[in-house]
Amino acid sequence: MAETINLTLKVWRQEGPSSKGDFEVHEATDIDTDMSFLELLDVINAGLELAGKDPIAFDHDCREGICGMCGAVINGQAHGPDTGTTLCQLHMRRFKDGSTLVIEPWRSSAFPIIKDLVVDRSSFDRIIQAGGYVSVRTGAAPEAHSVPVPKVNADKAMDAAQCIGCGACVAACPNASAMLFVGAKVSHLALLPHGQPERARRAKAMVQEMDEEGFGNCSNYYECEAACPKEISVSNIARLNREVVRARLVGG
Amino acid sequence: MSLHAKVPHGPISEKWTRHKFDMKLVNPANRRKHTLIVVGTGLAGASAAASLAEMGYNIKSFCIQDSPRRAHSIAAQGGINAAKNYQNDGDSVYRLFYDTVKGGDYRSREANVYRLAEVSVNIIDQCVAQGVPFAREYGGLLDNRSFGGAQVSRTFYARGQTGQQLLLGAYSALMKEVKRGGVEIFPRREMLELVVVDGHARGIVVRNLLTGKLESHAADAVILATGGYGNVFYLSTNAKACNVTAAWRAARRGAFFANPCYTQIHPTCIPVSGDYQSKLTLMSESLRNDGRIWVPKDPNEKRPPSQIPEEERHYYLEEKYPAFGNLVPRDVASRNAKEQCDNGKGVGGTGMAVYLDFREAIGRLGKDAIAARYGNLFQMYEKIVDSDPYKDPMMIFPAVHYTMGGLWVDYNLMSNLPGLHVLGEANFSDHGANRLGASALMQGLADGYFVIPYTIGNYIATEKSAHVDTDHPAFKEAETAAGERIEKLLAVRGKRTVDDFHRELGLLLWDKCGMGRNQGGLEEALRKIPEIREEYWQNVTVSGSQGTFNQTLERAGRVADFLEFAEMMVFDALQRKESCGGHFREESQTGEGEALRDDENFCYAAAWEFNGAGKEPILHKEPLEFEEVHLAQRSYK
Repeated sequence: MAETINLTLKVWRQEGPSSKGDFEVHEATDIDTDMSFLELLDVINAGLELAGKDPIAFDHDCREGICGMCGAVINGQAHGPDTGTTLCQLHMRRFKDGSTLVIEPWRSSAFPIIKDLVVDRSSFDRIIQAGGYVSVRTGAAPEAHSVPVPKVNADKAMDAAQCIGCGACVAACPNASAMLFVGAKVSHLALLPHGQPERARRAKAMVQEMDEEGFGNCSNYYECEAACPKEISVSNIARLNREVVRARLVGG
Repeated sequence: MSLHAKVPHGPISEKWTRHKFDMKLVNPANRRKHTLIVVGTGLAGASAAASLAEMGYNIKSFCIQDSPRRAHSIAAQGGINAAKNYQNDGDSVYRLFYDTVKGGDYRSREANVYRLAEVSVNIIDQCVAQGVPFAREYGGLLDNRSFGGAQVSRTFYARGQTGQQLLLGAYSALMKEVKRGGVEIFPRREMLELVVVDGHARGIVVRNLLTGKLESHAADAVILATGGYGNVFYLSTNAKACNVTAAWRAARRGAFFANPCYTQIHPTCIPVSGDYQSKLTLMSESLRNDGRIWVPKDPNEKRPPSQIPEEERHYYLEEKYPAFGNLVPRDVASRNAKEQCDNGKGVGGTGMAVYLDFREAIGRLGKDAIAARYGNLFQMYEKIVDSDPYKDPMMIFPAVHYTMGGLWVDYNLMSNLPGLHVLGEANFSDHGANRLGASALMQGLADGYFVIPYTIGNYIATEKSAHVDTDHPAFKEAETAAGERIEKLLAVRGKRTVDDFHRELGLLLWDKCGMGRNQGGLEEALRKIPEIREEYWQNVTVSGSQGTFNQTLERAGRVADFLEFAEMMVFDALQRKESCGGHFREESQTGEGEALRDDENFCYAAAWEFNGAGKEPILHKEPLEFEEVHLAQRSYK
C-alpha cells in the first residue's frame, strides 16, 4: 500500500519579469510517496485552479529526465536532493513527513525570471549558435565508416554530449557560471575527428558569447557537477580551458 | 474528391531517383525570395528547417517549448534503423523496405517505404558528420543492435539516448543556420490556425505563450512537423506538451486526416502506479534483446519473482513465437501482455504488469556488459519504481507511445491542401498500421533531411502563386477565430479542471479504442465523447487571462481539440472492421488470437475530411497497391 506524507511548501511566486516576488506557503497533505515532484505541483495547482487562483507556473515537458525543460531549486539544491536526477524524476519518497520545502527558480542574471519558477534560458541557445556545431551541409557527408573513431574517444564524447541544457549547473554555481554547459559541448566536438576543423574557433566563440550573456566565471566550486542531472564531469571544464589556450596558440 | 498519391511510375527501386530528376527546381538565386514556415523542431522539423535554410530559403521555425532542443524526439531511446549492412548479416535496402511494410501489417504506401529505406543510409552519414556520438566498436567503427520485427542487426544507437543525440545534431544544424541568418526561430509559440488563401496554405496564426499575443506569419508554403496525437489518451509516453492542435486546426481547414485509429501501444513501459499519474515512462524496446518476458504459471502466485523457480515461469513469447521470441513486433508483444493480464497472470500491485527479466543475460554476459548496454535505463527504472532491476526483474506494461495515423500526404509529403506539407509522426504514410522499433527516428530525419528539400522545390517552382502578406483578410479571420475560442474558454468559469476532463477522455479511449476494440465499445465511445465535450464547454475552469503566460489556458485549448479529434479517431476504428497492426478489432482474429486482416475490403488508407464538430466526418479512400511485397498473414513464429 502506498504511503502518504504531509509537507509545507514555500514556493516563489513572481507575476512577471519586472514584478517583485515573494514566497507563498502551501500545505500539501496526503501526498503519495510514489509521486514525482512535478506531480506534487500538479496536485497543488489543481487545488488552486478549482479555487479560482493563479496556479504555480513551472516549465516541464518530457517528465522522463531528458528534455531539460524542468528545474527548480529545492532547499538550496538545484533539482533537489538526489544526485543525477532532474526534478521530474525526483520522487516524494525522498522527503520526510512533516518537512518544509523551499522551492525557487534558477537564479542567474543570464536566466531572467518569466513567471514563478519559469526562467528564460535562451542565452544557452545563443551560446550554441556561436559555434556549438560542425558546419556540415545536408547531403555533403562522406560515408560514415570513412573516419574511424577510437571507442574511448567516442565514449568520452558521449559522456559530454549527454548535457540536457537544463541550466542546473548555472543555478548551483555561486558565480552563476555556464562553464560546465560550454565545456560539455566544446569537449564533445573536440574529442571527435569531425569537430577538428572548427575546434579552435568554436572554443573561442562559445566562451566569448558566454561572457557576453552575463554568466560568471569558474572558480572550482564543483557545485555544477554535483547538481548536473547527467553527472557531467568538471574535467570538461578543464578541457575547455585547455581548448581556449590551444585556440590562442594555434589561432583559428 | 479523389486522392492522388502521385507515386511515380517505374520499378520501385528507381522511382525516387527518377522523381528527383522529373521535379522542377528553384534556382539558388531565387530560393532566397521564398519564405517557408516550419512548425515543430523535432527530428523532422529541425532537420527540414536547417536543410532548407542551407539551400537558401528563408525559414521561420516555430516551437512550443522554450528552445528547439526540447522537442519530444529527444526522448527516443533505442536507436535508428539504416540498411548499411555493416554486420554482414544479409541486410539491404530491399530487406529494410520489406520488413517495414510487413511490420506495418501491409497498410503503408509501398513507394514511400522504399524511399525511406533508400535514404536511411544517408542519414547515418549525415549524423556522424555532425558529430553524433553513436556507439562504436574497439576498431573505431559503428556498432549495431537488433530490434523488434527484424532478424538482422541494423539499429544504430547512442547508449539509451539515441533520440537525444540525433535531435541535438539536427538542433546544432538549425543553430548554425540561425547564426548565418537563414533561420529565424520563434520559441514558445503555439500554432492555433492554419491560414488558407485561394485554396493554398499560406500562413499560420500562433499564440506567443509569454505574452498571449496572437501573431500572424505568412509564407510561400507551410510545413507541419508537429508530432503525434498520443496524448489524446491522457496517459502516454509522450511529453506533456505533445498535442494534436496544429494538425487538427489544419484538418478543420480542409486537410484530410488519415488512419487516426492506428495508434501504437508500446509493450515495455513502467506500469501505472496511482491516480495522480501524469505520464507513463517507456523503457526502450532494446531491453527485449537481452531481457526475457514472463509471468508466473500459477495465477495465484504470491512469491517475489526471484523465488519463483525456472520451471514455474511462463516465457509466453518465446513459447508462442519461437523464431522471433521476445523480439516480436510491438503490437504483438503488447497484445500478448494484455492477454496474460486478462487471464489473471499479471503481476505487481495492480495485476497489470509482466516481468522483464535480465537474470539469464547477466549470468551469460556479466553485470558490466549489461550496465554498458542499458545502464541509464536501469537507473531510470530504479528511480521511478524504487526497485533494482539487476536483482529483481522489471515490471512492464504496454502504454500508448506513437501514432501511425496523421495528416494525409502524397508522395511529395504534401497534403490535399496545396502548400501544406507534413513531416515525421505528424503524417501517416510510412508505418502503416504498426511502426517497427527504431523506425520513427529514421522517418523523421528522412523526411526532413532528404525528402522535403527536393519535393518542396517542385511545389514552389510549379505554383508561382501571388505574394500574400499578413494584411490579407484570411489572416484577420483566422486571428479572430483563434481569439474568440480563447475568450470562450476563459468565460466558462466552471467547476472541473482541464486535466480532469482530459483524464476522463483518456480513460474512455483506453478502454474502448485502446489495445482491443469492438463495435459495441466504439459505439459507446461515440455516444460519450460528445457528452464530455459538451460538459467541457460548460463546466471547465481556466484561471488567469489571455494576455499573460498562462499554462492552464494552453492546456485548455489542446484538450478542446482532443475532444473533437477523438471522435474522428473512433469513427475510423469503427469503420475498419478488420484487425491490422496496432488496430485490433476483437471481431476479426485468427483462431490463435492473432490480428486478422481483410485485404479484400480494407486495403486502403482512410483519409477523413472534417465536416463540422459533432458531425460524422467524410471518408475518402486511397487504395493501397502492393506491387513488390506479397500480401500475407504476418507471422513471427
